Amino acid sequence: MMQWETVIGLEVHVQLATKSKIFSGASTAFGAEPNSQACAVDLGLPGVLPVLNEQAVAMAVKFGLGINAEIPEVSVFDRKNYFYPDLPKGYQTSQMYHPIVGAGEVEISLDDGATKRIRVHHAHLEEDAGKSLHEDFHGMTGIDLNRAGTPLLEIVSEPDMRSAKEAAAYLKAIHAIVTYLGISDGNMAEGSMRCDVNVSVRPKGQEAFGTRAEVKNVNSFRFVERAIAFEVERQIELLEDGGTVVQETRLYDPEADETRSMRTKEEANDYRYFPCPDLLPVVLDRAYVDHLRSTLPELPAEKRARFESQLGLSAYDASVLASSRAMAEYFEVVKDACGDAKHAANWVMGELSGALNRENLAIEQSPVAAEQLGGLVARVLDDTINGKAAKQVFQALWNGEGGGKANAADAIIEAKGLKQVTDSGAIEAMIDQVIADSPVQVAQYRDAEPDKRGKMIGYFVGQVMKASRGTANPQQVNALLKEKLDQA
Amino acid sequence: MHDKTLTQLARALADGEVSSRELTQTLLGRIERLDGRLNSFISITHERALAGADAADALRAKGQAGPLTGLPLALKDIFCTNGVKTSCGSKMLDNFIAPYDACVVEKLKAAGTVSLGKTNMDEFAMGSSNENSHYGPVRNPWDLDAVPGGSSGGSAAAVAAGLVPAAMGTDTGGSIRQPAAFCGITGLKPTYGRVSRYGIIAYASSLDQAGPMARTAEDCALLLGAIAGHDLRDSTSVARGVPDYRAELGESLSGLKIGLPREYFGDGLAPEVEQAVRDAIKVYESLGASVHEVSLPHTHYAIPAYYVIAPAEASSNLSRFDGVRFGHRCDAPSDLIDLYKRSRDEGFGSEVKRRILIGTHTLSEGFFDAYYTQAQKVRRLIRQDFLDAFEEVDVLMGPASPTPAFDLGANKDPVSMYLQDIYTIAVNLAGIPGISVPAGFVGSRPVGLQILGPHFAESQLLNVAHQFQQATDWHQRRPALAEESA
Repeated sequence: MMQWETVIGLEVHVQLATKSKIFSGASTAFGAEPNSQACAVDLGLPGVLPVLNEQAVAMAVKFGLGINAEIPEVSVFDRKNYFYPDLPKGYQTSQMYHPIVGAGEVEISLDDGATKRIRVHHAHLEEDAGKSLHEDFHGMTGIDLNRAGTPLLEIVSEPDMRSAKEAAAYLKAIHAIVTYLGISDGNMAEGSMRCDVNVSVRPKGQEAFGTRAEVKNVNSFRFVERAIAFEVERQIELLEDGGTVVQETRLYDPEADETRSMRTKEEANDYRYFPCPDLLPVVLDRAYVDHLRSTLPELPAEKRARFESQLGLSAYDASVLASSRAMAEYFEVVKDACGDAKHAANWVMGELSGALNRENLAIEQSPVAAEQLGGLVARVLDDTINGKAAKQVFQALWNGEGGGKANAADAIIEAKGLKQVTDSGAIEAMIDQVIADSPVQVAQYRDAEPDKRGKMIGYFVGQVMKASRGTANPQQVNALLKEKLDQA
Repeated sequence: MHDKTLTQLARALADGEVSSRELTQTLLGRIERLDGRLNSFISITHERALAGADAADALRAKGQAGPLTGLPLALKDIFCTNGVKTSCGSKMLDNFIAPYDACVVEKLKAAGTVSLGKTNMDEFAMGSSNENSHYGPVRNPWDLDAVPGGSSGGSAAAVAAGLVPAAMGTDTGGSIRQPAAFCGITGLKPTYGRVSRYGIIAYASSLDQAGPMARTAEDCALLLGAIAGHDLRDSTSVARGVPDYRAELGESLSGLKIGLPREYFGDGLAPEVEQAVRDAIKVYESLGASVHEVSLPHTHYAIPAYYVIAPAEASSNLSRFDGVRFGHRCDAPSDLIDLYKRSRDEGFGSEVKRRILIGTHTLSEGFFDAYYTQAQKVRRLIRQDFLDAFEEVDVLMGPASPTPAFDLGANKDPVSMYLQDIYTIAVNLAGIPGISVPAGFVGSRPVGLQILGPHFAESQLLNVAHQFQQATDWHQRRPALAEESA
């Protein structure tokens, strides 16, 4: 049986979070009435001209700086000519020959905690097309041009990925970078990130690439993996049956979970690219680029490294916590509030993430604010409450109790009387009471062999904790009980 | 009134000799009586014009009139005009009512001018004779058997016939200067970027430029001041102050260095045209200018380069006319491809189709470098020719066209038609300004002298033209038709 190697390259289209379109002043907000956000420029009316949105340029440059890419001094918009009803001008304004972002690289982290660098060939700015609507028009087609002219950054990778998992990790890394930078909302369900996948296979050890298929319409992390898995299997089967892979564009159908041929190379358009005469070349001076560089936040890879080296977190914890800007920021607030990175990490990745997952919430939607969780962890660390009470406090915070302020945990501890009792006099009194109330159990305990007693003491601990309504310090209870029971 | 210049009319309005309404009515009457023979208008906006004139008169009564308030003019039908049919001379846009004003239209309205209507033109500004219009050819007021030139033929004929004192044109390869020459009027193509292209239906975006067509250089100066300037909606318009273009009109030409490009006086130039141009140069010498022979060595590459670049841009610019959102749509399309094919086949005329095909071909994979890239290199050389020449001389002079206006139907072969633009096309490729002024006649047909200057030297160019018009009366000649009152 021949061993096959998969080769994958991705073209990721990221919708930039500008307020207005790339070449017009119309709004880019999602979900408006069809054609209510398409101005004369977006409609491609006779005589209109494009004006470049400076915000889109700044966002593209930030991305380039974020992946350590070259930022060429001059980039040029080209027209990509083809006819389609939702392409109002009959051409898409894009950047074919001189993209705004040159070669760079993205670090991905794999499940085993290892990292790998994926090279980015370039990234270019372009405008989105509108949408063709085929339902509700009785055999006719409706056109909605709200999306026409929305700024896109197309990020083209080198064919550096070798598995569907790596491709998904790359897509996640891009997602993290653009959301860290605040240049996209990264909302895949609303189409803010879309992906075309180039897939080929080759016999293991062979250097030359196999013939690739481009799979379009792969619009979620999950679909990327599934589309690649299907496509790899299809190509290997084809080759092993003595066939050949044809260079073609295929469409991923998530419902059927398969890819289907759209057009072969022979049917491909000749897009007749040429420089757009309505737009001047974009010239970026060094000062402008340096200024943008100075505004960059710490990005996922740096953050991951810092979490490991400075905070002493494990590679896995660091990579989970750095995976999104929201998660990382939440964690850092918790850490600062409680003063202990490991405990903060455990709470964010454990109790909080568990609760968020159960309710299917993103961390931005957490009912427990990071300061509040930090306040809670601080009380665990300074022994004000024990672990059991902490879970109660977390649940109360989750339910919105405690007054909503940063010190909500303290308010809850106070109101519920959860403060750990460490006064040995008080604990002793409770223990004496429990011993007095449980003559049978005391007798059994005292009759038992010393090595059995360890288990039997649990009953008394439980009774004392119950009597203290959970507030007694369990270690203290344990020690004092042992002392008293073993005395006689 | 109808044979006065814009400047004279401005004075008459200011002095209360005539109201804008009277002027507008007079001219609308002339259009009604005379334009049947010329076909220079596609749309006459009678009511809007009168309303505009009344508004102008009211403004004047309040003492708020500016220098252009109440002056009537016409717009080439390539300028989008809010609420008015804007056809670009094409069946494709016969049903298109523009929903917005072009920047030029906006500025002219703001200055208080009154548009009487939209003038005929070669379809999508592609042509040198105005025979390529969906609305029929325009005739030359000097000789109804002759073409008026193109593509701004309607604007030129309307001014020459005294239907309007001025009109707006656009010039991509000579479309203001050549019809101005053929019709015996003055036409200025400003520097590329001087006037906003916003709202001008694009033919070749890197070459298109709007400019005034009128009786005198002084009138052109008045109008250029109103339409020039930076516009944020056109990224290729230049952020540069607009001078008072009339301020330099009194300057002496003593010491002016005139360059005569050797290549503009060679084969193909009609001897009578050459004679008229050489006579005009003598006038300049008498005004104190010196004459120098210069060379623009890449001149003969201008037409081939233009006919790669302009059709390439046009093929893309005209893709939006697809029958989907506006413009002509074929009846009962069977599917999308049928909709595209028939809408475009029915909507476009043959010259437009020819240029779309040329442009589509030259941009195609495998041909792009040989044509488009090469033509852009030639374009840089042509521009450099001019920059080099302007190191030696102040202005260049030559004929605007190798022949006077030719007969309707005389140039059936597209290439012989393209060669008409030999002296005008390089100017667009270089982006410099040029003006054509009346400089004599061949029989009954006018000859134009073309004057070229460095980028943004419009003030100087207008003064050089103005001084000639102070010394000659070619610009005051009127065709017999213009004198008819009935």
